[in-house]
Amino acid sequence: MTIAISSLTKRFDQTAVLRGIDLTINDGELVALLGPSGSGKTTLLKIIAGLDWPDAGGLVVNGQDWLPLPAQKRRIGFVFQHYALFPHMTVRDNIAFGLTVRPKSERPSKTAIAAKVDDLLGLLQIPHLADRFPAQLSGGQRQRVALGRALAIEPAVLLLDEPFGALDAAIRRDLRAWLREVHQATGSTTLFVTHDQEEAFELADRVVVMGEGRIEQIGSADQIHDHPASPFVARFMGAVVELPVTLRAGRAEAAGLDARMLERRAMADGPAQLFLRPDAIALDADPASPWILSHKASNGAMIRATLRRADGTEVPVDLLRHSAPDLSLGTAYRLRPLTGAVFPLDGVAQNDAPRPLPILKEKRQ
Amino acid sequence: MQTLAMDPTRNRLMPRLLIGVAALLTLLIVVAPLVYIFARAFGEGWKVYAANLMHPATVHAIWLTSIVALIVVPINVAFGIAAAWAVARFRFPGRSILVTAIEIPFSISPIIAGICYLLLYGRQGILGPWMQANDLQVMFALPGIVLVTMFVTAPFVAREVLPLMQAQGSEQEQAALTLGASGWQMFARVTLPNIRWALLYGAVLCTARAVGEFGGVSVVSGNIRGQTNTLPLHVELLFNDLNATGAFAAASVLTLLALVALVIKAVLEGRRGA
Repeated sequence: MTIAISSLTKRFDQTAVLRGIDLTINDGELVALLGPSGSGKTTLLKIIAGLDWPDAGGLVVNGQDWLPLPAQKRRIGFVFQHYALFPHMTVRDNIAFGLTVRPKSERPSKTAIAAKVDDLLGLLQIPHLADRFPAQLSGGQRQRVALGRALAIEPAVLLLDEPFGALDAAIRRDLRAWLREVHQATGSTTLFVTHDQEEAFELADRVVVMGEGRIEQIGSADQIHDHPASPFVARFMGAVVELPVTLRAGRAEAAGLDARMLERRAMADGPAQLFLRPDAIALDADPASPWILSHKASNGAMIRATLRRADGTEVPVDLLRHSAPDLSLGTAYRLRPLTGAVFPLDGVAQNDAPRPLPILKEKRQ
Repeated sequence: MQTLAMDPTRNRLMPRLLIGVAALLTLLIVVAPLVYIFARAFGEGWKVYAANLMHPATVHAIWLTSIVALIVVPINVAFGIAAAWAVARFRFPGRSILVTAIEIPFSISPIIAGICYLLLYGRQGILGPWMQANDLQVMFALPGIVLVTMFVTAPFVAREVLPLMQAQGSEQEQAALTLGASGWQMFARVTLPNIRWALLYGAVLCTARAVGEFGGVSVVSGNIRGQTNTLPLHVELLFNDLNATGAFAAASVLTLLALVALVIKAVLEGRRGA
């Protein structure tokens, strides 16, 4: 199923939740919607499911307009963050629900439904829980049942809202690998919402980064890490170091900065902002640099060094302990970014204030 | 063991005193009248009790009260579910007014409600002439009694069901929809099972109140013996007739109904907690 979303907008009272979403999801793809809370990702998911409606825009699935279609007719599998299992039904009845509510003419026979549920219980690795009630299950088990219930109707599209958000880290990692397997087994177009970068990048073919009701960037983990499309994405990806620089012939320049490892940018000369992640900066001793090592601490694997300038600005740098040079406090070091992103100053300012019109990402640099 | 002297609960005087006072008050206010009702009802023997109950006017009062409850409770159950659903699941203009309106019968004296109906549907009322012209009688007849009882008992179901529906949220219902359930299937297989105990509990409270309602009904019924006399009104009538044993016999029926409702309520409360 190919999902084509165009110029989707949605407001709640005075708040714009979606400010023009354009997104195409290919058949069989596994896509993550990644963003902080309030970025509109869950609303987008609910609109695709038919549980919410946009103010304007289009939603076309396999050439069919889905907006006039009620949720019942869309044949989607929706997995809720808090599972939303039916507490008065056993696991078996929960999973069978979508089949038993079909009109008589389309409903499989009782034995066919039982066989289907048994299949799913096997796929979900929970055949021993078939006759339990949701209250008797752990969070991870409930999530498996919720997914089984959604898969029972052989959904054209599988939508998951923060599927592992309520689980602890170890179970989350297990379920992640397992969801990947389920996706490969069923091949259904899958879209899931998360605020966890690791989850999004590990699981998805493509990651859609959302912020304040807009798509900020679409890409793979490497693309988004190395080439964030906007200051928002750069910050969201952990580029907490922001340095004012001067661009000259596409290269960032500043005192104590050696940006030769960064690609030249096709941008006009002038003031700009450089975004760096602490783990993508190398240090070289340079008496002329204004950056003085003021603090260092080790957690065994990484050394966190803090460099300080006379005006009080601090830059954190994370170095692998075994490959880090000997650092001595009070020494001046030059910052040598390995990767980084440069944005014009006005772009940075613009991004802090809500823009009135949707910004197409192709506009960047 | 040495710390026992320091144990503040060792001084049992105060707790015992308070429990004693509570027990005494319960005895005076609840138990004694209850026992008294049955003592007086059976005071002149089983035969007199049976004769009092079998009196045509009393039988009719019991029948009328049952009819009223049988009409009112299902209507209010339906109203309660509909109101709770609307308030819990939708945002619409006038929603907060509806929430307040549901509570109004609790804050208005039933007599006021009765008088309002009288002023509206009575012979001298606003709609009186028109209704007379069309041969419709509401006041001093079954419709009037049903209307007032409905008003008085309207909040019970909604008040029990609404907080539960709000707490449960709509995710289960949304899940049912995405799985292809129709609106009715969603209600019957997901919503209703979730609220069933609260619903039954509200229905029991509603029934108890419908059976026992006196003030509002006394204004609109007209106390026509054998026609519009409900059980509570009949008790008063018998009492005014100086037929104390008859009054207590009729009262014992009401009391029994109340006790049954109480037992069902207690059972349901246990279920609801589970």
